[in-house]
Amino acid sequence: MEVIIPILILAFPLFTFLLLGLCGMKMSHKLAGCIGIAFLGTTAVLAYIVACTYFFSGDPAFIFEGVRQQYQVFDVTWLAFTQSLVVKIGFLLDPISALMLVVITTISFMVHLYSWGYMEGEPGFQRYYAFLSLFTFSMLGLVVATNIFQMYIFWELVGVSSYLLIGFFYKLPSAVSASKKAFIVTRFADLGFLIGILILSYYTDTFNFVELTQNPELVLGTTGGATYMGASVLTWAMVLIFSGGMGKSAMMPLHIWLPDAMEGPTPVSALIHAATMVVAGVYLVARLFPLYCVVDFSLTFICCVGAITAFYAAMVACAQTDIKRILAFSTISQIAFMMVSLGVAYDKPIEGVHYSGLGYMAGMFHLFTHAMFKALLFLGAGALIHAVHSNEYTAMGGLRKYMPITHWTFLIGCLAIAGIWPFAGFFSKDEMLAAMFQRHWFWGAWMTMVAGLTAFYMFRLYFLVFWGEENPHYKEHKPHDAPWQMSVPLILLAGVSICAGWIQFGEFVTWNGEPYHIHIEAPVAFTSLLVAVVGIALAAIMYMKKNTLPEKVKNAWPSLWQAANRRFYWDEIYMFITHKIIFNIICRSIAWFDRHVIDATMDGFAKVTQSVSYRIRGMQSGEVQSYVGWYITGAVVIAAIAWLCFA
Amino acid sequence: MDLSMLWYLVPSVLMLACGIYGFMTRKNLIGILISLELMLNSADLNFVIFNRYLYPGSMEGMVFTLFAIALAAAETAIAIAIIINIYRSVGNTDINEVKQMRF
Amino acid sequence: MDSVGNIIIYFAVSIMMIIFSIMAVTAKKILRAATYLLFVLIGTAIFYFQMGYQFLGAVQIAVYAGGIMVLFVFAILLTNKPNEQDAEGKRYRRIWGLVVSVASLIILLFALFYMPLIHGFSLVECLSASNLITMHDIGVAFTGGEKFQYLLPFEAISVLLLACIIGGVTIARKD
Repeated sequence: MEVIIPILILAFPLFTFLLLGLCGMKMSHKLAGCIGIAFLGTTAVLAYIVACTYFFSGDPAFIFEGVRQQYQVFDVTWLAFTQSLVVKIGFLLDPISALMLVVITTISFMVHLYSWGYMEGEPGFQRYYAFLSLFTFSMLGLVVATNIFQMYIFWELVGVSSYLLIGFFYKLPSAVSASKKAFIVTRFADLGFLIGILILSYYTDTFNFVELTQNPELVLGTTGGATYMGASVLTWAMVLIFSGGMGKSAMMPLHIWLPDAMEGPTPVSALIHAATMVVAGVYLVARLFPLYCVVDFSLTFICCVGAITAFYAAMVACAQTDIKRILAFSTISQIAFMMVSLGVAYDKPIEGVHYSGLGYMAGMFHLFTHAMFKALLFLGAGALIHAVHSNEYTAMGGLRKYMPITHWTFLIGCLAIAGIWPFAGFFSKDEMLAAMFQRHWFWGAWMTMVAGLTAFYMFRLYFLVFWGEENPHYKEHKPHDAPWQMSVPLILLAGVSICAGWIQFGEFVTWNGEPYHIHIEAPVAFTSLLVAVVGIALAAIMYMKKNTLPEKVKNAWPSLWQAANRRFYWDEIYMFITHKIIFNIICRSIAWFDRHVIDATMDGFAKVTQSVSYRIRGMQSGEVQSYVGWYITGAVVIAAIAWLCFA
Repeated sequence: MDLSMLWYLVPSVLMLACGIYGFMTRKNLIGILISLELMLNSADLNFVIFNRYLYPGSMEGMVFTLFAIALAAAETAIAIAIIINIYRSVGNTDINEVKQMRF
Repeated sequence: MDSVGNIIIYFAVSIMMIIFSIMAVTAKKILRAATYLLFVLIGTAIFYFQMGYQFLGAVQIAVYAGGIMVLFVFAILLTNKPNEQDAEGKRYRRIWGLVVSVASLIILLFALFYMPLIHGFSLVECLSASNLITMHDIGVAFTGGEKFQYLLPFEAISVLLLACIIGGVTIARKD
């Protein structure tokens, strides 16, 4: 493969960022938008070329005897600290990175196009496009990283661009605090990631993914059975690395930043906080999957975290009023789904049966389909907000007549996420549930329940927005469908959401590169379909027409509803821990120490110096003769001392 | 009886001590300048003595003294200009009148 | 062994110099102090001649005795009324000055007498050991740029003197 195309894939977004960031303010909005869209479109085309070449060319470098290979297009030394500590920058092609290239560039292109309509006339339009390009660049760099250190660098870069974009409306205090929150929480998680990287590379002497994952047993061997607090060092490393993923992918208990991140512009939420950046954690686990396989505990840990998060987020999503928050919790829930799917993927035979990492394939499949339909849903939500200028569903209702395009595409997105045949979500969710049932019936049952909840809350949202009573405000301000720049991405993504499930995904992405033939498992598929239909029916009964049922349900368990609405008080718990415990007890005592001991010492020096100099300033008499007197007295004394010492 | 180096150094040292005393006790600015010249002269004399006794083949000490004399001339000229200026503005040449450089 | 004449001259000149130095710093009338200084300077010039530095002695007399002393006298006559006595300085400062100067004198003499090097040579030996400096040597030394030649400092001094002339004029100008 030509090296130039992969380089251009990274160079174009970076160049766009620099161009728009440095000269953007001199351009008109239209020009800046055109530049952003044109470059990103080119990048997308190049990414498609690379992905197609990788998947379909049949080059032995890419697929050897039916097994897909990991191929490093280039891997150049960037920083050589010592002989063994060398940081490289490279471009790794393998099934998941090729998949991610497609996903990122597609969604990013859609969002660029969509933003042209959505952000029209906003001040800082050029800055917005510059940040979008920066994000695209860093996300692409993240997925093609050849080594864990490069991944960490780009990992932080996506964090920064996410921070910049959440705080895009930096005049709103809520946006500012949301961006700070996102940055601090993910940074906190990244600390674990960094420590994990250090532990791993300390024992293995390498950052390279290919070397690390080619022979995981060897990696386990290099740690020499070292343990810490009862767990092996490798387990610690993998769990710590996963904690970075937990932060980025908003797993409990580090999920608190994602709902607040909805303060950013809606297309940003679609791109960063639904489709691409938040799945970085999933991608990280998938990238290091062979290593996770050799330490059983870490996979179980991932499974548990995912299962709890999925259920929690689904519960919360049922009780929110802000449509973007509902989608945010739905995102958390779906990512947790992927995490569980990866957690149950297990390449060792269980009781004699070899599962060939079905969960891995399914998780990646769901990552792909979810990116498409969640971006669609977010962009649809953006169109709604654009039309009624509010995030609350109470300001909407009965919109299906006014906004047909948005309505139909949103419905498709809801059907896809609910897992209705033949939409994309059905296939990927079916594979995931099959993998979970294979591992243990408990995971399968639990996640099927979550899938039912998903169908319920998504259709709750759908019915509340598009059905029910019309909002009286429509008379004065009639909502209408969005301009073409916004409608086109919606229609395209809706098309993808319909078709994507029919892709034979197992042929492309599996954990070891060998093709896997997807086949629908009838009992699992039937169950999940049934649960989804029940969820939808329930939502339809409660919310399709205005009735008293929701109120009754709410009043039946008021405390539960209240808790779900307040997100089970996680923010309050964090506030309590940070403000009451950390700020009050720890920080205040540190501040006291700083002020009264360290500062006071320095102040003391200053005060002593000042008072002494005030006292002795009379010696600066202006009389030259006494200066000379002091000078010669000093010289004589020094000479006398020298004489006494050396004679 | 030899005229060794010590013989010449002793008057020079005495000259220096006198200069220090004069510098510290004189009230008149020109008197101070005179004391200064004494000290400078003793230093010049030292250069020449050391040159003659320790390095009789070379002439660096003498050259230094020549330059020092030139510098002394310059310094005296400027100092006297300043003193005359002070006299013009203050009315006398008392060192105690010139204490503006204090705290 | 130095000649008796040399020794006599030495003693005469050195005693004169010590006495006149003391008088120069203690004289009540400033004009007299300047005159005593002139004698000290001439004594120094005699020492230079005695040590074989004729040129230096000539410069000492010409510049110091001839030039600088005239400046002093002018300045004194300009700033002092006739017969004006120099007022006594502060008492504590006189004591302090005395103590300091005596202390430094003691320290220096102490150093001199304990320095082994100093007692070695006689003036005659030194004079015979050296090629006496001629005007030619001095001229070469001041106009060359080699090692032990001083063209650059010489020029620098000339610039300094120019600056000094300008500075003196500027400071003393009446306006």
